[in-house]
Amino acid sequence: MILPLELVRVAYRDIIKPLSIRIDAGPTTIILGANGAGKSVLMRLMHGLLTPTGGQVFWQERDARRARRLQAMVFQRPVMLRRSALSNLLYALDLAGMPAVERESTARRALEEVGLQHLADRPARALSGGEQQRLALARAWALHPEVLFLDEPTASLDPTATREIEAVIRAFDAAGTKILMATHNLAQARRIGDEVIYLHQGRVMERTPADQFFSKPVSAEAAAFIKGELPWA
Amino acid sequence: MGSLGEATRTALALIAGADPTLAGIVALSLEVSLSAVACATVLGLPLGAAVAVGRFPGRHAIVVLLNALMGLPPVVVGLAIYLLLSRAGPLGELGLLFTPGAMVLAQTVLILPIIAALSRQTVEDAWREYEEQLRSLGATGFSGSMTVLWDSRFSVVTIVLAGLGRAVAEVGAVIIVGGNIDGVTRVMTTAIALETSKGDLPLALGLGIVLISIVIALNAAAYLVKEAAQRRYG
Repeated sequence: MILPLELVRVAYRDIIKPLSIRIDAGPTTIILGANGAGKSVLMRLMHGLLTPTGGQVFWQERDARRARRLQAMVFQRPVMLRRSALSNLLYALDLAGMPAVERESTARRALEEVGLQHLADRPARALSGGEQQRLALARAWALHPEVLFLDEPTASLDPTATREIEAVIRAFDAAGTKILMATHNLAQARRIGDEVIYLHQGRVMERTPADQFFSKPVSAEAAAFIKGELPWA
Repeated sequence: MGSLGEATRTALALIAGADPTLAGIVALSLEVSLSAVACATVLGLPLGAAVAVGRFPGRHAIVVLLNALMGLPPVVVGLAIYLLLSRAGPLGELGLLFTPGAMVLAQTVLILPIIAALSRQTVEDAWREYEEQLRSLGATGFSGSMTVLWDSRFSVVTIVLAGLGRAVAEVGAVIIVGGNIDGVTRVMTTAIALETSKGDLPLALGLGIVLISIVIALNAAAYLVKEAAQRRYG
């Protein structure tokens, strides 16, 4: 297990104010907040794409390579290589160090999981936005991560594509992967989240179980956000 | 105009009849320039990719230098290689001066900055898009830069052909280090220069037509490859 993840007084420039937080295995965690609250930066600090300007990030797994190998991240806009959908998965499995003989069957199973097996040989960049995002999830699925970071994965998708993505996210959860998702979409947070970390101007204002968060948020900022008001008004 | 028309007719006849002198000159030209492009590509692409993705002190200076060297005057390169290879020069022992090998070396030096600088720009632009995803998947700087280079392969084709166009069309460097020796180091551009000054316009014009046709064909090929690839891979 690479979890729990602990952030100790982690700061990033003036975007994330020094914050300490512990992420355990289990419930799906939503990082909620307005645009510019620091959600994406916080996830990148956790995932190791950004180095904190203060404080430290600790995974239970101290071997950084192993810890990285057991995390995956899906971005708002998927980045696909100019090769087939299947090859994009094979590339990721190669980087992850999977033996060559296991890669293709693993990749094909992952494509099936997201319902893209019929598009395996298509150039990945020729797929639609929703299909590319499912392919990004398949790429993550093939890696069997213990932790999956999702950065606004449906922000640029239509409702049908969004439903398909959310179904795959639930499948990850059912398979025991810890989900951490950044979003500013309240409805989606309510559909998927078990707990909510509410971020406002780089600070964690509260961390509350999802059902409680939406009915009685603790912080005034979250209450205002939920009411649909601008949190700084 | 009369003499031009006649020269053109004779030139086309030389081309159509695959005149052995003309064919030999064209073959040597392509041999020298393709070898130079191969060397410059093998060295220039990894160099460009490394400078694009790497973060090390002096990186900005190297970027500026590579860009500046794209405009290197061929005669200056020719002179530098001449001094290097002349009997009294540091590489004089090799006996390369006035051989096709010297011409390959000079053209390699000439187009290496072009291939390195253009691929640096291409890879750097792509890296901005790919970096987070590739690092998330566990790619290191080096493997990431190779991935991006391969993903930019259709743009790279254009870059390599730009280098070839420059090599095959330059005269200053090859005439200094090659010496324009008949049957040994005479290429299209040096032959055109010589034949024009001698007044043998048909051969000069015939070579000119071949040279321009090659350059146009290269650019057409580059364009078609890129178009087809973009339709296929997005």
